[in-house]
Amino acid sequence: MAESLVRLKSVSKSYGGVPALTDVDFQCEAGLIHAILGENGAGKSTLMKLLAGVIQPDAGEILVSGKAARLTSPREATRHGMVCMFQELSLMPHLSVGDNIVISAPRTRLGLLHPAAYEQARAMLDRIGANGISLSARASELSLAERQLVEIAKALFRRPRLLILDEATSALTRKHIEIIFDVLRELKRQGVAILFISHRMHEVDAIADRISVFRNGRHIDTFNAGTRSPNEIINLMIGRSLEELFPARDASSDQNAPVVLNVSGLSWNGQLLDVSMHVRKGEIVGLGGLDGQGQQHLMHAVFGVLRGVSGRLEVNGRPLSGPSPSRTKQADIGLALVPEDRKTEGLILDMSIAKNLRLAALGRVPFGILDSDNESEARIRRLIERLSLTYGSLESPVATLSGGNQQKVVIAKWLALSPRCLLLMDPTRGIDLPTKAQIYRLLRELAREGLAVILQSTDYEELIHLCDRVYVFYGGRIVSKLTGDQLTPSALIAASMNLPNSASAHA
Amino acid sequence: MSLLRRNRSLTITIAALTVLFAVFIAIHPRGFSTYVMTIWFNQGALLGLAAISQFFVVLVRGVDLSVGPTIALTNVVASYLLLGSPAAITFGIIAVLLVGTLCGLANGIAVVYGRIQPIVATLATGGMISGLALWLRPTPGGSVDEALSDALTYDIYGVPASAIMLLVVLLVLHMPLRRSPLGLAMYAVGSSEQSAYMTGVRVRQVKLAAYAASGTFAALAGLYVSMVTLTGDPGIGPAYTLNSIAAVVLGGIALSGGVGSPLGAIVGALILKTISSLMFFSGLPPLAQPFFEGLVLALAIVLGAFGMINVRNRLELFRQ
Repeated sequence: MAESLVRLKSVSKSYGGVPALTDVDFQCEAGLIHAILGENGAGKSTLMKLLAGVIQPDAGEILVSGKAARLTSPREATRHGMVCMFQELSLMPHLSVGDNIVISAPRTRLGLLHPAAYEQARAMLDRIGANGISLSARASELSLAERQLVEIAKALFRRPRLLILDEATSALTRKHIEIIFDVLRELKRQGVAILFISHRMHEVDAIADRISVFRNGRHIDTFNAGTRSPNEIINLMIGRSLEELFPARDASSDQNAPVVLNVSGLSWNGQLLDVSMHVRKGEIVGLGGLDGQGQQHLMHAVFGVLRGVSGRLEVNGRPLSGPSPSRTKQADIGLALVPEDRKTEGLILDMSIAKNLRLAALGRVPFGILDSDNESEARIRRLIERLSLTYGSLESPVATLSGGNQQKVVIAKWLALSPRCLLLMDPTRGIDLPTKAQIYRLLRELAREGLAVILQSTDYEELIHLCDRVYVFYGGRIVSKLTGDQLTPSALIAASMNLPNSASAHA
Repeated sequence: MSLLRRNRSLTITIAALTVLFAVFIAIHPRGFSTYVMTIWFNQGALLGLAAISQFFVVLVRGVDLSVGPTIALTNVVASYLLLGSPAAITFGIIAVLLVGTLCGLANGIAVVYGRIQPIVATLATGGMISGLALWLRPTPGGSVDEALSDALTYDIYGVPASAIMLLVVLLVLHMPLRRSPLGLAMYAVGSSEQSAYMTGVRVRQVKLAAYAASGTFAALAGLYVSMVTLTGDPGIGPAYTLNSIAAVVLGGIALSGGVGSPLGAIVGALILKTISSLMFFSGLPPLAQPFFEGLVLALAIVLGAFGMINVRNRLELFRQ
């Protein structure tokens, strides 16, 4: 057999001690469409970034056509024929569509860009069915779907030998996807290798020749398309259970407990559509689904970060209108939000641990003068103990803590306000297992004490083992509400991909 | 029509300049004449070249506080070298341009390889460059070739030489900026450094080139100062630095990078010069002038920030 186009030999990569890929052997061949499947955090994106030259492996090597290649930058990777179209878009917003495409592989005449390059860019757009996009339009004026099309044209313009598509079609309509799939099949006939990442099983079914499954940073299995059933594939993706991580669930939450937060008919900017949900005192409610389906926007809408939200919000039975973070955190409303990105939104990294812990409570004290009876001080001390925060000195900057301990500080700073409803956005992302377990236990205890908890997570295990009820989002809507026995991995994954759930019907 | 809409801010700026210029001519005691036009364009060319220098750095998302000092240094160097035979003067011009380019390159190296924020890096280099200028010529003095000065600061058949010079600069810059890989890459890096990197643009080299170009244009401004004043003065820097920043802001060049053109920079410079001339003739006390210049700048910034009103996620207001 001929040499594989690209081959990874025992490649490992970790971020700040958290492994993202462990000892991965992987290869892909010219003239094949190869789908990569796995849950969030399985290592798919890390794999793509390695191949695209965005990051370098800690160990192992990458061979291109049998020769070791050092992909030190996207430019280097492109030189080897590896072109990636990322879901995080690579368009320059202020440049025209034509300039955006042409600059990726400039050809010149007399030192100026060749006019023919623009004609080719036009031809490339037409080929993928983007006839409506003008070359002179600015990238920032385009819709998300149009930007994806330009990204695809831009990737094809570079004449890849290996084309990597990472959720490349997530915003496109069925019609456009068909056109693009035809183009991909044609490229395949010309001998281009295609790596295809998608969460949509029917897309993978439609186009993949070969499928690889990744889980927890490891390459689990590779097989030809059509040799495994969807259920078998989903089981491969889920893998072993992490049950020991999670605290025992209470028998069942009290269905008569008062509703703390009630959301009805909430919509925002086309990205939240008629969302209704509620959480009772003492409940942990999960918001599930693929990344970016509206869960985060719902959290922001409730906490008052978004403008122009329509629909009804009720807290403790009283309507909440025109909220803003400084208001929703007041004692009479009692909401607290642990944001998604602890480094930029949750903490002020250069400030000391002690100051960060006091930050959220500042607005509560009259005239901003810290209270003299040390009451809040004592409360913070108790919280630190309860969270078993590991630190050198409370006066050292928060940046010196590990990721897990930083997250504990974010949680503690909000608990210091004694909120009634705690909103958490993916609180365990990138955190080591023991700390995860501590956070889970804490959340369960808090719920038992009567706190209402809303947990947004992309980790299925977390939603299944910790939550009393899970709302699954897809395209800005809640497509499914799962409770009790319905909360199974296959049901959750199927709902996230908006598939009818055949698996759980038989379970 | 769509061309007009896409360049809306530039269109507004040019319209504002036209109105200001009309008022200026109307109240000027000598009215529309070659003499008035020549003075006006000479003044505008001085700041216009400084603004183009600033433009290159702002384009790649920086800000250059050493524009003024570089103008002062190159002016001082010119006051030593622009004398004698045509060959000597040619050599002098090349040397002056080289000095400016090196100053710009030093800024670029500090920003790109030293990873220092542009405002801090250029504050430091600006101080050093000012020091060099003072060292070379502690007090104003020296002289330059008068024939060359006359040729560049008077008019040619009634058209100010400085206007022709600005036009040539714009024409020479247009194609390389918009249609060469390097020029386009500067816009790309300013628009989104990360996207440019992912696209395979050599981000560091492009930034270095932008800073070097900025230095070259500061040297051109320094040369032109020598043509207008006929001497070398190490103390002219500070006014040029701040006015060049004001000019690019007025000219619709986004301080967040990736947007704008040399034409905008020149129009912005002409607006600033016209405003200060208007104040001179309007009888306002000279000490009140900075207040009104600041006011105009503030209004321009408010106009430019209108886009923020439609932001629907408050978190985006904090991301810049």
